[in-house]
Amino acid sequence: MNFLNKDITSIHQSLVNGDITVEQLTKEAIENSKNNEKNINAFITIDEENAIKRAQEIDKRGINPDNLLSGIPVAMKDNMLTKDVLTSAGSKMLSNFKPIISGTAVNKMLDADTVSIGKTNMDEFAMGSSTETSYYGKTHNPWNLDKVPGGSSGGSAASVAAGDVLAALGSDTGGSIRQPAAFNGIVGMKPTYGRVSRWGLIAFASSFDQIGPLTNNVYDNALVLNHIAGHDEHDLTSSDKEVPDFTSNIDSGVKGMKIGLPKEYLGEGVSDDVREAIKSAADKYREMGADVEEVSLPHSKYGVTAYYIIAPSEASSNLQRFDGIRYGYRSENAKNLDQLYVKSRSEGFGDEVKRRIMLGTYSLSAGFFDAYFKKAAEVRTLITKDFQNVFQNYDLILTPTAPTPAFGLDENKDPLTMYMNDVLTIPVNMAGLPGMSLPAGFSDGLPIGMQLIGKPFDETTMYKAAYAFEKNTDFHKQTPKIGGDK
Amino acid sequence: MSEKISKNTVSHVASLAKLELTDKQLPYFTDQLGNIMGIFDSLNEVDTTDVEPTFSVTDQINVMREDIADNWGERDQLLQNAPDVADGLIRTPTIIDESGD
Repeated sequence: MNFLNKDITSIHQSLVNGDITVEQLTKEAIENSKNNEKNINAFITIDEENAIKRAQEIDKRGINPDNLLSGIPVAMKDNMLTKDVLTSAGSKMLSNFKPIISGTAVNKMLDADTVSIGKTNMDEFAMGSSTETSYYGKTHNPWNLDKVPGGSSGGSAASVAAGDVLAALGSDTGGSIRQPAAFNGIVGMKPTYGRVSRWGLIAFASSFDQIGPLTNNVYDNALVLNHIAGHDEHDLTSSDKEVPDFTSNIDSGVKGMKIGLPKEYLGEGVSDDVREAIKSAADKYREMGADVEEVSLPHSKYGVTAYYIIAPSEASSNLQRFDGIRYGYRSENAKNLDQLYVKSRSEGFGDEVKRRIMLGTYSLSAGFFDAYFKKAAEVRTLITKDFQNVFQNYDLILTPTAPTPAFGLDENKDPLTMYMNDVLTIPVNMAGLPGMSLPAGFSDGLPIGMQLIGKPFDETTMYKAAYAFEKNTDFHKQTPKIGGDK
Repeated sequence: MSEKISKNTVSHVASLAKLELTDKQLPYFTDQLGNIMGIFDSLNEVDTTDVEPTFSVTDQINVMREDIADNWGERDQLLQNAPDVADGLIRTPTIIDESGD
């Protein structure tokens, strides 16, 4: 069985009715995923044994008719700690690492009785926009196997798009949930910073990182966020704000909603097809009764630059812990302790990770701190203030998710060109805002994503607007050819 | 600061970060890092006079908890991830090796 065009509610109904057991569902999901792996490579680990054991346990207890997630097959990005299951973060450095605990978001998915069938492929330590920097091979886009799935949560997005699972968790530091969601024609939510605990998420840039769901549709996405959101005493940056039911009143429409369309996000570098799709989306919102007006976010254009100073700085600090001593890869060529550090890191990290560690080390080094790191942090304030100004008069902001649809595998883009791919998503992380991507069109058979940006902790309004758009369009109903006929 | 970064600087930065670059990697990374840093100067266009820097976007400040020691009792499991263990301790190479560099 594949889950193309399926939704959690209908699969849940089959489980409640007894049309299928959780064990059968899990086995079929694993079989379908294994078939797809030859073409897609969405997973680093398919955890067949644990998944089936878990499914049997849930069957024994019985499906809870009030819990839509009970028995639903899901997948986790490989930078989220999973007890006793390889957690590599896409790196050779952690190619032998089996955590002794699971992270909070993973635990909450387990508490909700979902069945995780495996760990998904990703750019090494989540550093990349194409999943090409993984130590475990590249992931292919289910819509066109010669294209990238985006990144860094490329495996999570591809696993949902290919119908392997009904939901996957990803993480987003500069666009790593939203851009792959866009490239794969699915729904991806990066919640407000602090909405979901980061405990047990292998840190990349701690002031940006946030976990969120990738799903086939908007309702399923809200459902998963319901379960993973909330305060966690283990993550001091997690918010103690109340978590609303994101699915309640999701169908209340957009009448009277005020949506800002920032002109800077439709300019140079954005492809014609993408621009047209976003303009059509704006018209669709007007048709549905929302007010859509042009707004300005003048400092967003400095987002990429400020990000590539701040995020690598945080990363260079976070990744100091990988030293070959307590866990992870240890070089066999070291004769003394210093060599052990240097050789383990030099052999264990890939090029992109080294680039970012060096960028960060440079930006933080004496003599450059004020000129680079502090300056970038000040620009970050201005980017945030732009959003605050717009949100005084608007409920939501509408932009493209990425400047283009999925680009080709092995195009060997230089790093700077690759970094520019996140120009439309990075400002959202800079300001800690919630941002989501949902299907908004096609270009040469490849999906186009649109981004909705909300006020802090107002994912509810985003889901309502996304739900209304989805209900009045059919982009999300189209599925890739891979994995069977539509 | 608009000058492109030199090989010497990249070498120095790599050693600060406990990374070593081969003779082939050094020009490759120097070139790439130079290109990336080439865009850094664009931030000088932005007037940030009297603008406070943002280092964190959370509103949770100084979250306190009681300082209570808690033994998770998971030493053995933790050590299973260590590359080299002897007598319940993690083993490393000699810290000072006169014959090394």
